[in-house]
Amino acid sequence: MITLTIDNQKIAVEEGTTILEAAEKLGIKIPTLCYLKDINVIGACRICVVEVQGAKAYVPACVAPVAEGMVVRTNTPAVIKARKLILELILSDHPMECLTCVRNQNCELQKLAEAFGLTEIRFEGEKTSYPIDNSSPAIVRDPRKCVLCRRCVAVCTEIQTVNAIQAQERGFNSLIAPAFNEQLANVECVQCGQCSLVCPTAAIHEVDDTGRVWEALADPKKHVIVQTAPATRVQVGETIGAEPGSIVTGQMVAGLRRLGFDKVFDTDFTADLTILEEGNELLQRIQTGGTLPMITSCSPGWIKFAEHFYPDLLPHLSTCKSPQQMFGALAKTYYAEKAGIDPADIFSVSIMPCTAKKYECTRPEMKSSGYQDVDVVLTSRELGRMFKQAGLDMANLPEEEYDAPLGISTGAGEIFGASGGVMEAALRTVYEVVTGKELPNINFTECRGLTGVKEATVQVGDLPVKIAITNGLGNARKVLDKIRAGEADYHFIEIMCCPGGCIGGGGSPIPTDTEIRLKRIDATYTEDERMALRKSHENPAVNELYQEFLEKPLGHKSHELLHTHYTKRNRYQEEEC
Amino acid sequence: MKSLDELAKIRDSRRAALKIREGVPSATEKAHIMMCGGAGCISSKCTDIVEAMKECLAKNGIADQVQIILTGCMGPCDMGPVAIVYPDATFYRRLKVKDAEAIVEEHILKGNPVQRLLYRTPGAKEPTRCVHDIDLFKKQKKIVLRNNFYIDPTSIEDYIARDGYAALAKALTQMEPGEIIEEVKKSGLRGRGGAGFSTGMKWGFTAAAKGSPKYVVCNGDEGDPGAFMDRSVLEGDPHSIIEGMAICGRAIGSEQGYVYVRAEYPLAIERLSNAIDDARRYGLLGKNIFETGFNFDIEIRIGAGAFVCGEETALLTSIEGKRGEPRPRPPFPANAGVWGKPTVLNNVETWANIPEIILKGAEWFSTIGTEKSKGTKVFALAGRINNTGIVEVPMGTTLREIVFEIGGGIPRKKLFKAVQTGGPSGGCIPADYLDTPVDYDSLGALGAIMGSGGMIVMDEDTCMVDIAKFFIDFCVDESCGKCSPCRIGTKRMLEILERITTGNGKEGDIELLQELATTIKSTALCGLGQTAPNPVLSTIRYFRHEYEEHIKEHYCRSGVCEFKE
Ligand SMILES: Cc1cc2nc3c(=O)[nH]c(=O)nc-3n(C[C@H](O)[C@H](O)[C@H](O)COP(=O)(O)O)c2cc1C
Ligand code: SF4
Ligand code: SF4
Ligand code: SF4
Ligand code: FES
Repeated sequence: MITLTIDNQKIAVEEGTTILEAAEKLGIKIPTLCYLKDINVIGACRICVVEVQGAKAYVPACVAPVAEGMVVRTNTPAVIKARKLILELILSDHPMECLTCVRNQNCELQKLAEAFGLTEIRFEGEKTSYPIDNSSPAIVRDPRKCVLCRRCVAVCTEIQTVNAIQAQERGFNSLIAPAFNEQLANVECVQCGQCSLVCPTAAIHEVDDTGRVWEALADPKKHVIVQTAPATRVQVGETIGAEPGSIVTGQMVAGLRRLGFDKVFDTDFTADLTILEEGNELLQRIQTGGTLPMITSCSPGWIKFAEHFYPDLLPHLSTCKSPQQMFGALAKTYYAEKAGIDPADIFSVSIMPCTAKKYECTRPEMKSSGYQDVDVVLTSRELGRMFKQAGLDMANLPEEEYDAPLGISTGAGEIFGASGGVMEAALRTVYEVVTGKELPNINFTECRGLTGVKEATVQVGDLPVKIAITNGLGNARKVLDKIRAGEADYHFIEIMCCPGGCIGGGGSPIPTDTEIRLKRIDATYTEDERMALRKSHENPAVNELYQEFLEKPLGHKSHELLHTHYTKRNRYQEEEC
Repeated sequence: MKSLDELAKIRDSRRAALKIREGVPSATEKAHIMMCGGAGCISSKCTDIVEAMKECLAKNGIADQVQIILTGCMGPCDMGPVAIVYPDATFYRRLKVKDAEAIVEEHILKGNPVQRLLYRTPGAKEPTRCVHDIDLFKKQKKIVLRNNFYIDPTSIEDYIARDGYAALAKALTQMEPGEIIEEVKKSGLRGRGGAGFSTGMKWGFTAAAKGSPKYVVCNGDEGDPGAFMDRSVLEGDPHSIIEGMAICGRAIGSEQGYVYVRAEYPLAIERLSNAIDDARRYGLLGKNIFETGFNFDIEIRIGAGAFVCGEETALLTSIEGKRGEPRPRPPFPANAGVWGKPTVLNNVETWANIPEIILKGAEWFSTIGTEKSKGTKVFALAGRINNTGIVEVPMGTTLREIVFEIGGGIPRKKLFKAVQTGGPSGGCIPADYLDTPVDYDSLGALGAIMGSGGMIVMDEDTCMVDIAKFFIDFCVDESCGKCSPCRIGTKRMLEILERITTGNGKEGDIELLQELATTIKSTALCGLGQTAPNPVLSTIRYFRHEYEEHIKEHYCRSGVCEFKE
């Protein structure tokens, strides 16, 4: 243990602890900007400087380890003045568009300026003026608002191992961009939006599609329907300041109706459907000697990652579309037929915790209804924004139910939102389908939690089914490399692009950190337990769908509407000349 | 080569062959012409002169009696091309191709030095023939550049003849690793790359650090504009670096060294690379050196050329193949250097001192210099000074001696105004402090730094505000952009200086500059930002009136700045 003094208080901490962490233990909050616990600890912004007795210069608390007998002062007038000047410098290179910024009131820079009592910027000079990159359907880069904290780089490189963006140029001209200042759409960026989740400002944010939805809602000729992803009900509350982990399913449904959606449906419905298709696909592969392990395909960020980095493993991917896209295809066929609406008049919106879904719905394959299956994807953040703009106080709305039939679901569909959920849902169904017996215990707790790579063997009748579950693409790599090396004897693998699964997706409310992820995960399983039905094959609406329309899992119609194929993509797409 | 005896044999036989360079006439050879092959002389076509000399020697049938050797930089670059002719150590300067004939036919054949090519001390009636009698050189003391007048940098035997690798032999066969470190500590040697940290202590930390393997790194990035001290060593005496690093390898328990050289130094890279090959061939690098069981080898890494890559953590990152950017310290390289392993990183000039210290002892070394700054320092003199080039002086030599005696004073009878030490992020020292002895602490006290040895002289025609702007502009360009105080702060300083020098300065600008400067110094991540404000602070400190004249009166006493009303 190391003993030191911070602001006249003595404390003993373990060797290797930083001054920031030690101060936190004493309840002293040192301001930070570039620091992101466990992910970005690079000492770049210098906002966290403190005074250390005997040191020649100020010391950055976020990176400086404690030392025996160290005497730290975190709040002398001199150090406060230094921090303030640094912040003033950062703001002197900022566009100051706070009032019209997507991160207004949810911006760490704004919060610091307020906390520091900054009232004047004394420096007038050049400002960063790189153009906005809105080449991607999901992510916007606005280098003007970038404070070069590099959290996005750390997340993209260390957590997602995509490496799509790095520091480019030098000095005042520095910017965070793809190599050679390429546009995001032209590189191997998987559109996961994890960067947008950690950006303290609006320098990387989701593409805002609320305008297109408002327009459709205002169009009397359009039949506007919406689906809500499993994770949204444990997220959207946070956009109005509810505690992380609040479950707002009913209020969200009510809010969506009040926004003017003609039907409020649920992606959980197609999540259940996915289990039937994918579960049968797995059984078929096992029985017919198909490519194993089979890997889930619900996560479009993961799909794009596989296409760029592991194209040789594409045959391992389940051919099932994601629940969002299954929903899209059915909405403009099955539902249109059933409701007697011309699919051309249907405007299909989805609410997702995900930015990659924005990209997914624009993929050319996603037109099996004859139209673009899903017209617009909104993130949880954008939905929160729409509620705000409509003056809807979601907290005080009555709880309402989803519409039938595409709004009927089970707990198995619900848990798709958490890492391990797809696997657990599949096991619940596969077990009963194969054995014909009821599951003694429906909870597969070995599938749950934030561990990067989870492995288990589950006895299904005579067959010990070996499974693996990963969240975050860096963890996916570990398992994929094993497959490549021929060292993986799994049957089934669930891969989710984002840390924690969809509840931590790139379209989630900001902030999203480990603690908040855990709360949303808890809420997800609470919601599962509250459901009357918790196994996908028991979903009556899904069964009706098969009887009336699809006939059987993996049938002809299923193949047409619910399954897809993948494309090998270059690491760097060639520039068009 | 396996034994000390073999080394001694090579040394003795080669030494005998090179007696002529020590002034002893030879029975078989008429002369050795040491033509300076430093950057300045190369660019003024010294190689053409060599060709002309060779032709002329052949014409006269004495090609086999005269050796012409291209050496490392001899120092007095503004007089280049220069050459020394042994055995009589005649120093020639401003040579042209047409002079080749005179040197060969008059001097070498007839023994009459060519008077018009000799150096003349300013004011003196007679030229001075012998290099050892010339004031410019007499005031200097050469430890780092000990071999540049004497050896062929491409010959390992030349190096051995001058006791090369004897220090390594001693370190391997007569000293314990701990003793080597002790010796370096006792010598008082401080790093020549800028910060002046005790070299022995650094080695001690690394030796004690947990983790293996350990690495030895030579910083040959030399990014200071106008500086070429390290280049002179790398090109003129590459084996001294190799030997120094191998000694350190023994001391700290490392078997692998890296020399990081900037890509702009192709000749240095070539010479060093050949030297490494030669050393391997002689068994002075590789396995089981001198049959002591000690293994050591060296690889060259070529730098991308950014100034900040010379900063130690950036350099280590760059060696690992990543974007060369500083990272916070601690951890220091001694604990976590290349690939996170304990690493000693020293400057080229620091390395070049090591063999001499080991061979002649810490006691000898510590008699040179001042109490806290031992040994010599190599400087690159530039700016408004007569003798520009490279000089090596004992620590404690005064600025006045360097500028006026060695440097020959200011041209065109102009008035001295200031001298900037420490490169672009050093400080400007005014005339009042010319009698300051040059050492780490005295320069620091004046708001300047030793830096790596840049020394730029300014006369009355230099505007101090403009010069501050010039230096900060350099730092703005070279900032890596990682930390906000340096990235934005230096830019804002530049913008304020730009407005002052165009007549748009405002009341309060000086104070704003000072506030920025002190905050950047105390909060920036790496040495670049921490020192970038020095030129501004030191010029405000000593030449505040010039700032005020610019701001209040739109007046530039040096007539440099143009004010647009
Ligand atoms: C911006 C910057 C540039 C530097 N460039 C060099 C350089 O070119 N060569 C060098 O030896 N040291 C350079 N240094 C100093 C190194 O960081 C380091 O202190 C030095 O190489 C250590 O060797 P020494 O102890 O032998 O001086 C630089 C430092 C900074 C902050
Ligand atoms: S969206 Fe994901 S892959 Fe693309 S830059 Fe951001 S973190 Fe990287
Ligand atoms: S884009 Fe955002 S997260 Fe990335 S460096 Fe800039 S401010 Fe930081
Ligand atoms: S001080 Fe300048 S050069 Fe050093 S890390 Fe900061 S921005 Fe980069
Ligand atoms: S928070 Fe410590 S340097 Fe940025």
